[in-house]
Amino acid sequence: MDTAQLLVTLGGVALMGFVGWFFFLAPHQVAAAVSSSTGVQQVDITVKGGYSPDVIEVEKDKPVQLNFYRDEDNSCSEELLLPDFNLRRELPPFQTTAVELLPRQAGTYEFTCGMHMLRGKLVVK
Amino acid sequence: MHHSAHSSPAAPPAASGAPAGPTETAVLNIEGMTCASCSNFVERALSRTPGVQRATVNLASEKATVEFVPAQIDRAGLKAAVEQAGYQVHEPATPAASPLASSDELDQRKAQAYAQLKRRFGVAVVLAVIIMPLSMLMLWPSLMARVSMPVLNYVLLGLTLPVLLYSGREFFVSAWNGLRHRTASMDTLIALGTGAAFLYSLAATVAPHVFMRQGLMPEVYYDTTATIIALILLGKVLESRAKQRTSAAIKALMGLQAKTARVIRHGQEVDIPVEELRLGDEVLVRPGEKVATDGIILAGRSALDESMLTGESLPVDKTEGDAVFGATLNKTGAFRFRVTKLGADTMLAQIVRLVEEAQGSRAPIQRLADKVSAVFVPVVVIIALATFVLWFNFAPENTRFSLALVNFVAVLIIACPCALGLATPTAIMVGTGKGAEKGVLIRNAEALEKAYQVNTVLLDKTGTITRGEPAVTDFVPAATAPADTLAQLAAVERQSEHPLAAAVVRYADAQGAARLDAAGFAAHEGRGAGATVAGQPVLVGNRRLLTEHAISLPADLEHAAAQLLAQAKTVLYVAVAGQPAAVLGVADTVRDTSVAAIRHLQQEGIEVVMMTGDNAQTAAEVARQVGIARYFAEVLPADKAAKVKELQAEGRTVAMVGDGINDAPALAQADLGLAIGSGTDVAMEAAGITLMRSDLQGVVTAIALSRQTMRTIKQNLFFAFVYNTLGIPVAAGLLYPFTGWLLSPMLAAAAMALSSVSVLTNSLRLRAAKV
Repeated sequence: MDTAQLLVTLGGVALMGFVGWFFFLAPHQVAAAVSSSTGVQQVDITVKGGYSPDVIEVEKDKPVQLNFYRDEDNSCSEELLLPDFNLRRELPPFQTTAVELLPRQAGTYEFTCGMHMLRGKLVVK
Repeated sequence: MHHSAHSSPAAPPAASGAPAGPTETAVLNIEGMTCASCSNFVERALSRTPGVQRATVNLASEKATVEFVPAQIDRAGLKAAVEQAGYQVHEPATPAASPLASSDELDQRKAQAYAQLKRRFGVAVVLAVIIMPLSMLMLWPSLMARVSMPVLNYVLLGLTLPVLLYSGREFFVSAWNGLRHRTASMDTLIALGTGAAFLYSLAATVAPHVFMRQGLMPEVYYDTTATIIALILLGKVLESRAKQRTSAAIKALMGLQAKTARVIRHGQEVDIPVEELRLGDEVLVRPGEKVATDGIILAGRSALDESMLTGESLPVDKTEGDAVFGATLNKTGAFRFRVTKLGADTMLAQIVRLVEEAQGSRAPIQRLADKVSAVFVPVVVIIALATFVLWFNFAPENTRFSLALVNFVAVLIIACPCALGLATPTAIMVGTGKGAEKGVLIRNAEALEKAYQVNTVLLDKTGTITRGEPAVTDFVPAATAPADTLAQLAAVERQSEHPLAAAVVRYADAQGAARLDAAGFAAHEGRGAGATVAGQPVLVGNRRLLTEHAISLPADLEHAAAQLLAQAKTVLYVAVAGQPAAVLGVADTVRDTSVAAIRHLQQEGIEVVMMTGDNAQTAAEVARQVGIARYFAEVLPADKAAKVKELQAEGRTVAMVGDGINDAPALAQADLGLAIGSGTDVAMEAAGITLMRSDLQGVVTAIALSRQTMRTIKQNLFFAFVYNTLGIPVAAGLLYPFTGWLLSPMLAAAAMALSSVSVLTNSLRLRAAKV
C-alpha cells in the first residue's frame, strides 16, 4: 500500500463515518407548536430540500394547523404526505399551504414528500 | 380530518342585510389582540377606513366583521388597515371550502414547471449530442493528431458548463438545500455523481501537468457529466407526464361539477354561478343539462344519468320528492328542485374527498419500502465511497484513479430511491381513481389491501341480494274470475298505505291494468282491506279475511296458495262480489344481478355466506335461488356482528356487505366492510369500501380491483428492490473480477431514468384493467 492508497483509504473511511453521523446521528431541529387564543396549535414549516423544523411537537385533542411554506420549485417537495391522517396535499411553490388535523392519539406520525425522501415527524403528546 | 373552525375568507362574502346599498360583509381573523382596548383600536381603525360602513371586532373569537362597499375598498385594503394599526390578519392559506374549488393556479404553475423542465432537457440533449462525438475523437488517431488535446478539453468544458449550470442546476440547489436539513434525496446522488466527474475533468483541463507529473493521463469525463444530466432529465420529463395521469380520475371527477345553475329569484329565472347558490333555492333543470347541486325534486319528472357517481349505466327515473345529485345529467324531462346541499356537503364533493383521502393513505405493504427509503440515500453514498476506496486500492496503479472515479459515479447514479417511493402510492392513486369511476369508493389503502386477502363474503340478504321491498311474483286468478280482477284489486290497494298494497299497485301498473275508481275503502286491521269497485265489493287480505266473510277457496286456488306458501312467499287472497277471485304471491325479489355476481365471487375462490333475519324456510329458498350453500337465518340485528366474529374464528378473512344503520357494527367488525347503495352516512363511516351502485356487482368489482392493484404494487416493489439490489453491486464493479464487466455511468443514468418511469407505467396499466 503506497501513500496515496493510505490517504484515500483513511479519507474514505472518515467520509463514510461522517456521512453516517451527519444523516443518522446528528440532532434534529425540534419545534413545539404555539397555541393561538382560539386553541389551534400552529406551526410554520419551511419546505426547502427538507422540512425545517422537522420534528414538531403538539398536544393531543387540540386542533393543529401546520403551515407549510414551500420555498422552492424543485419537484421533489411538491407533494406532502401525512399517511396516518390520510392526507396528500400538493404544495404550490412559494406559497403557504395550511394543513389542518386533529390528533386524537399520542404518538409519532411521520410526514414525508411524495417519494419518502424528505421526512419530518409530528410528535403528539 | 379536522376542519378548522376558522371562517374561510375565500368563501363568497355573504350579502349584507341592507337592502339598498351594494355592501358586502367580510370576516377577518385578527391576530395579536391581547386586551379589550386592542379590539377597540382595531375596530376604530377599520371604521375610519374609507369604504367601510361598519366594523365590529370580537376579542374572544378574534374576528372582525366588516361591512364595506366593494366599489371603494376590497379585502386587501381592509387587511392593510388592520396591519397599519399594528395587528395581523390571519389568512388560512387553503380555503377550507369545497374540495371542488378549482386549482387553476396550481395547474398553471405545474404546466410552467413542466415547460421549463422540457427546455432544460432540450438544452442538455443538444449539448450532449455535440459533446459525445467530440469526446470520442481519440477513437480516430488520424484525427486526433491534428487536434490539440488541451484546446479540445477547453471546448468540451465550455459546452458542458451550460448543461451543468442551466439544465442540472436544480439537482445541485436541491442537494444543497437538503444537506442543510440533513436529508438526502435522489438529487443528492445525482449532484454528487455528476459533480465529482465534472470537478475531476475540470482539474484535468486546467492543470494537466499536475496529473502528468503523477504519471496519470489527464482524462476528462465531460461526456459522462452531460449525458447523465440529459438522461436523468429525460426520466423526469417522462415521470412528470405519467404522474399527471395518475391523478386523472380525480381531476375528471372534479371537472364534473356544473358551472352555472338556473334559479328562480324574485319570481324570475336567472343563470348564476353555482358558488352563488344558497340552500333552499329553487333550481330549474332542462333536458340535457347537468344538475347543479344536490336537492329534492319539487315538480316534474325525468330520467337522470347518474353513472358518473354510481357507475350504473342505466338512467334512473325520478319524480317529485326524489333526491337528485349535483353533476348528474338530466336526460329526458324538465324538473324543478330545491337545493338541500351545497359545496363540500354534496355527494360529488364527498366522493372527491373520500378518494383524495384514500390516495393520501398508506398501505401496510409499503412499510418495508418506507423503512428502506428512509436510509437509502446515505447508505448509497457510503457504498459509493467504499467502492472508490476499494478500486483505488486494488486496481492497477496507472488506471486506479479513473476506475475508482467511474465506479463511484456509477453507483451514485444507478441507485433509484424514486422507484421505491413511487411503487405503492402511484398504484393506489390509479386504483382508487379507477374505483371511483366504477362507483366503488375505497376508503383507504388498508381497505384495498384487506379486500385482496378476503376469502369469505358475508351478505346481508335484505336490500343486498334482494331489492329489500316486496314485489308480486305470482298472480293466479280463479277460473271463474272476471278479466278485470287485477284492475279492481289495484283500485282497492291504491287507497291503502300498506307496503304489500304498494307492491300490488306496482305489479298492476306494470301489467298495464286499467285504472278504476274505488269507493268506501275500509281497512280490516291485521287482515286486509276492502272497497267497492264498479259497484262490486272487493276484498283483499290474508286467509282470515276470506274466512271471516265465509268465502271458501276453489280447489285450483287452494292448490296455488299451498304452492306459494311452500316457496316461503306471502300469499294475498282476493274476493270479488263474494266470490273467490285470485291469489297472489308476494316476496322480496332477488336482484337481477345477484346470481351472476355471487357465481363470479365463487369462481374467484371466495365462499359466499348469507345472513338474514327471516325464518329458515325463506332463507333456504333465497339461498337456493342464488346458489349459496351456507346461510344464517333468524339473525337478530344485534347479533350480526357476532356472526362475523363466528366466521373470523374459523380463520377466515371476512368481507361483510350490508346497507342500513343496523349493519354498521357488523361492517366494522369485519376485516373489510362494504356498504352498499348510496347508503347512509353511518354505514359509509364504518365501511372500508362504499358501493355507489345498489347491487352485488360492485362487490365483484371491488375485489377484482383490489386484486389487480395489489398485484401491481407487488410487481412494482419487487422491481424496485431487485433493481436496486442488483444495480448497485453491478455498478460498483462486483462482476469485474469474474467477467470483466464494468457499468458505464452513462448506462447507469439510462437505467435509473427508466426504472422510475417503468414503475409509473406499470401503475398506469391499472387504468386499462378490466374490473
